[in-house]
Amino acid sequence: MSLRSWGNYPKINNRSFRFDGISTLKKIIENNNKLIPHGNGRSYGDSALSENIITVKPHDLFISFDDQQGIVHVQSGVLLSEILAALVPRGWFLKVTPGTKLITVGGAIASDVHGKNHHIAGCFSESVEMFNLMLPDGKIITCSKDENTELFKATCGGMGLTGVILDAKISLKKINSKFINQTTIKTRNLKETFEAFENNKNKTYSVAWIDCLAKGSELGRCLLMLGDFRDDGKLDYKTKKKLNIPFNFPSFALNTLSVKAFNWLYYGKVKETISKQKVDIDTFFYPLDSLSNWKRIYGENGFTQYQFILPKETSFEGLEKILKTIADSGKGSFLAVLKLYGKANENYLSFPMEGYSLALDFKIEKGLFELLEQLDKIVVHHGGRIYLAKDVRVSKIIFEQGYPQIDRFRALRKKYNMNEKFNSLQSQRVGI
Amino acid sequence: MSYILIIGAKSDIAKSVARKYAENGYDIYLAARNSSELEDFANDINLRTQKTAICLDLDILDIASHESFYNRLEEKPLGIISVAGYLGEQDKAQVDFNESKKIIDTNYVGIVSLINIVANDFEKRKSGFIVGISSVAGDRGRKSNYIYGSAKAALTTYLSGLRNRLHEANIQVLTVKPGFVATKMTEGMDLPEKLTAQPEEVANDIFNAQQKGKNVLYSKWIWRWVMVIIKSIPEFQFKKMSI
Ligand SMILES: Cc1cc2nc3c(=O)[nH]c(=O)nc-3n(C[C@H](O)[C@H](O)[C@H](O)COP(=O)(O)OP(=O)(O)OC[C@H]3O[C@@H](n4cnc5c(N)ncnc54)[C@H](O)[C@@H]3O)c2cc1C
Repeated sequence: MSLRSWGNYPKINNRSFRFDGISTLKKIIENNNKLIPHGNGRSYGDSALSENIITVKPHDLFISFDDQQGIVHVQSGVLLSEILAALVPRGWFLKVTPGTKLITVGGAIASDVHGKNHHIAGCFSESVEMFNLMLPDGKIITCSKDENTELFKATCGGMGLTGVILDAKISLKKINSKFINQTTIKTRNLKETFEAFENNKNKTYSVAWIDCLAKGSELGRCLLMLGDFRDDGKLDYKTKKKLNIPFNFPSFALNTLSVKAFNWLYYGKVKETISKQKVDIDTFFYPLDSLSNWKRIYGENGFTQYQFILPKETSFEGLEKILKTIADSGKGSFLAVLKLYGKANENYLSFPMEGYSLALDFKIEKGLFELLEQLDKIVVHHGGRIYLAKDVRVSKIIFEQGYPQIDRFRALRKKYNMNEKFNSLQSQRVGI
Repeated sequence: MSYILIIGAKSDIAKSVARKYAENGYDIYLAARNSSELEDFANDINLRTQKTAICLDLDILDIASHESFYNRLEEKPLGIISVAGYLGEQDKAQVDFNESKKIIDTNYVGIVSLINIVANDFEKRKSGFIVGISSVAGDRGRKSNYIYGSAKAALTTYLSGLRNRLHEANIQVLTVKPGFVATKMTEGMDLPEKLTAQPEEVANDIFNAQQKGKNVLYSKWIWRWVMVIIKSIPEFQFKKMSI
């Protein structure tokens, strides 16, 4: 059984080795090359794929919980969903969470993931008190913001290319409700969308859903969702039952027309310009997790997500061009998510920078990569970059232009022989 | 407090079952050989669920110890879930009776000894449930694992008789027949994806079936139909096949 990543593309043969003990892991690393750790396979592309895969999920024990400070110590295969199931009822939530809770703590660190509060709380690494990392020679090193800082900065966002994260202490934030007060703002075009983001910079959580097929004067219209936790003491959090999409949709089901219909349905649901809702954690943060295997809608060939970020100064111009290019191509996507980000951190390969990021899903089909290469050019021309956690095809040249600290990262990989042991399809493609 | 006794607690299925029951409000006895190795896991259960998990030493092959093992439990369990098992090596078992015996004793003899004791107690108290993990391998003997399969077949028959006996005392006996499960035990085998369950899936199935008072569970469910087909092949044909 070969492992795949979230996008179901590419489908390659690989061998997997199960990480369920420090001594076995040491041996796995000693005896193999072209290794890459694999968490819960929620990266879209080939970040967690290689000839030899270390499956980390079985390494999944809670080690301790300090309920005074809200610091939980877990092995790296523990899912964020498991942390929530255990600790939301006790009044704790993740300081930073991505749009799915079905990822491992190791994967969260390795992609230095971010969420709807990046403009306020930064990346996942902000909440990492420490982690232990196994290096290629089998040594275990403790890393934090004060200890072995070079390895800390390389590993947070380092896409599994610095070794295997074994366990980590994550600091949590206190909450007093499982509900979020959500405000939805409907905008008519990109200019209004930007204004709405800027006017709501002080709101804890914000994210916009963009209608990618809108053209002309409607280009960039969106639903901006803002939110913050309520304070009603209701903490009886339980995960909802999942709905299943039980088979792979035939590819033709996803033609422009159905995307259009979907977009309109979503857009038309909200009648007022500003509306308020009370929603729960899973609805607000993880809408896609309740549809297990929703991605099957993209059919057998798989899909990818294109996510880029542009610096604030160039965001408007760049986004306008990119949205136009996409609308003209007719290759729409259900999910186009726009977000305003806060300042970049010091980690060598973390994705976020101050500016706007857009993420869109595309079905893998003929002509797609050509379109994405066109978009790449606009992105780097405007000083932006591509998110590796979603990527499956970006070229070395485009990648390098976006990540000015890449040579530091490469030098560190050499220094510890990481480049000899740890490689993903992605790292080979973009030459990390 | 309300304890569930899990026998063979080191296996992946057992661990998933333990978590599932703890999440749903039960305390857990984790019984296995060298159970101190399970201390970290017991701590994990406690941190996740705030339920108690206690590690107990139990050697399923040490029949003489079973009575005192059970008597020592201060608080008797609400239910017992036996996950103990040993796949063994068919090739070795064919030429080395010790291997055959170990397979039979672990999968059948030892479990009968232990469950007899628990069943008598439950019957007296008129409460409790018994879950035995058997296997689809017990539904029909195949050359690739018939020693293991025959021990599981015996276990299935034992559980079926026990269910019949305990019906009057209102005690549920659930026979679980997993197909392929992705665990330590099957690591490296090339299992067909659609027929292979994750341990958490099996644990969910077990919990749901037990709570609903079911008698026999195939997990994944599709194995019920796979086995219907396999059992329906006439012997004169089956004996020539390699499946
Ligand atoms: C529906 C959906 C929504 C998403 N939303 C967001 C979002 O809002 N923000 C965001 O930032 N991301 C988002 N993502 C991406 C996702 O958070 C990242 O890809 C994350 O890294 C996946 O974690 P995983 O455990 O599944 O790891 P995998 O996908 O298995 O691996 C991801 C990377 O982490 C490395 N890795 C995994 N475990 C370890 C370890 N123990 N030690 C070292 N390296 C390791 C792998 O080598 C690989 O490079 C989303 C993904 C999905 C499917």
